[in-house]
Amino acid sequence: MELTHFIWLVTKALLMIAVVMGCSAYAVLLERKVAAAIQWRPGPNRTQIPIFGGLPIIGRILTRIGIFQPVADGLKFVFKEEPFPKHVNTFYFLLAPMVAFIPAMTTMTVMPFGVYTNEAGEAAPLVLANLDIGILFILAVSSLGVYGIVLGGWASNSKFPFLGGIRASAQMISYELAMGMALLPVLMWFGGSLNLFDIVQGQSAHMFKWTIIYQPLSAFIFLVALFAETNRLPFDMAESETDLVAGFNTEYGAFKFGLFFVGEYAHIIIGSGVFTLLFLGGWYPPFFTDALPEGWIGSVLSVLIFFFKVLGLVFFFMWIRWTLPRFRYDQVMKLGWERLLPLAIANLVAYAIIIALIAQIQN
Amino acid sequence: MKEIFFLIFAVLTILTALCVPLSRKPVNAAMNMLVSFVGLAALFVLLETYFLAVLQVMVYAGAIVVLFLFIIMLMDANQSPPPKLVRFLASFAALALLAVGGYYLVFGCGSGPYPEISAAAPAALSRTFGVELFTKYLLPFQMTGFMLLIAMVGVIVVSRKHEPETTGGEK
Repeated sequence: MELTHFIWLVTKALLMIAVVMGCSAYAVLLERKVAAAIQWRPGPNRTQIPIFGGLPIIGRILTRIGIFQPVADGLKFVFKEEPFPKHVNTFYFLLAPMVAFIPAMTTMTVMPFGVYTNEAGEAAPLVLANLDIGILFILAVSSLGVYGIVLGGWASNSKFPFLGGIRASAQMISYELAMGMALLPVLMWFGGSLNLFDIVQGQSAHMFKWTIIYQPLSAFIFLVALFAETNRLPFDMAESETDLVAGFNTEYGAFKFGLFFVGEYAHIIIGSGVFTLLFLGGWYPPFFTDALPEGWIGSVLSVLIFFFKVLGLVFFFMWIRWTLPRFRYDQVMKLGWERLLPLAIANLVAYAIIIALIAQIQN
Repeated sequence: MKEIFFLIFAVLTILTALCVPLSRKPVNAAMNMLVSFVGLAALFVLLETYFLAVLQVMVYAGAIVVLFLFIIMLMDANQSPPPKLVRFLASFAALALLAVGGYYLVFGCGSGPYPEISAAAPAALSRTFGVELFTKYLLPFQMTGFMLLIAMVGVIVVSRKHEPETTGGEK
């Protein structure tokens, strides 16, 4: 491997990390602003950075929309006193935030986020690693994220985190099944390809080729399972602050809590990205057919469209959080095993038959 | 480069695998098992069998060890009791088996020419895997399914026995 090539790869990876981390930081701001809007209050609007905040008109607007708030939040995590309870299992207590954070960041290596035309004149994905089994990779790595929560809950060696960790692990195992089952009809629909880029290209022509139009039930089950997998309300059993203080991260503070926090938002962003790729036509615009122009303009446009679709989905996550109340734990289990899983299996069988019929007719 | 990676992951896999039975705390054992499984997946990647690697992570690391951990935490098994004589004997028997098996694996039939693995095109890997599984290896596949079913029935029987009879209403 040439050195320049290696440096180029590392640069791309660092850029991607920077973008996802930046998005996670601003997702926190978005969450606070959405919460504020839904609760009819202004939200964070005081934080200023001396020079930028002092600009005549723009500075004031930027301050009002809270654009500097993530900086303050981040610095707070770094400079706060780090509480370190005496009763914890030190090794796993330190390990848990990292284990929660790393899988969320790893999955982005195989997530395509745009399209460009390569030298051969073919459409190629903008992605760090165009893996043929990309979607399986994402499922596999994101399923490792549960260890962070389980270990964090267990290592804290106190009751509420422990309960949170136990609940999280049971919930994530349950909903992984429904998620995988909901995914299978989509993969069958696109000829058994596990490559995310191929799946998006299959939805390229126009909005009515999007998978969500053909498979609304798969999309619905996948989305519900995604809420459960990312531990978002109404499925935030791991935290549920009304009955478990703060759940698995009760004993964590400062930067270690920050890692959990950013990991959760990175997970949401990646999950939204996967949903966009699978069901919402990825980087293709909804209305104008084959609208992406050639050359770099098309690439930039595709990335922007993808970004805004993901942003819309992230907003949807937050909207749901501040709208629906939390499920009770037994309801979560019941929903997962007695509703979603049978529904997903029925959905799978139905689409297997439909796809076979279509193949018969086309022959 | 590849050799270095192989050495790193091979040592990681074997060391953590060794730590699984040697650790006194069940949680440590489970975590070592997790690392061992992930190391094994990395070895699969080095063999360019990506599909197998991903399955390894997804099934073993992502689901099975989580269940182990879950059960360990629920049982609150903090430390295994100090080993008894029977355990020592069993360990030595296992060690002897391992030594004999390892010897034959390395020196016995290990010298013969191995059949070349026909590497399918990576794009069609999952498809090839599925077709082979459901045609050529259908019988073993079904047998495995039945064995799992037996295990499931066994679990239901065992767990029903300890259920108190006074619980009325729905469970």
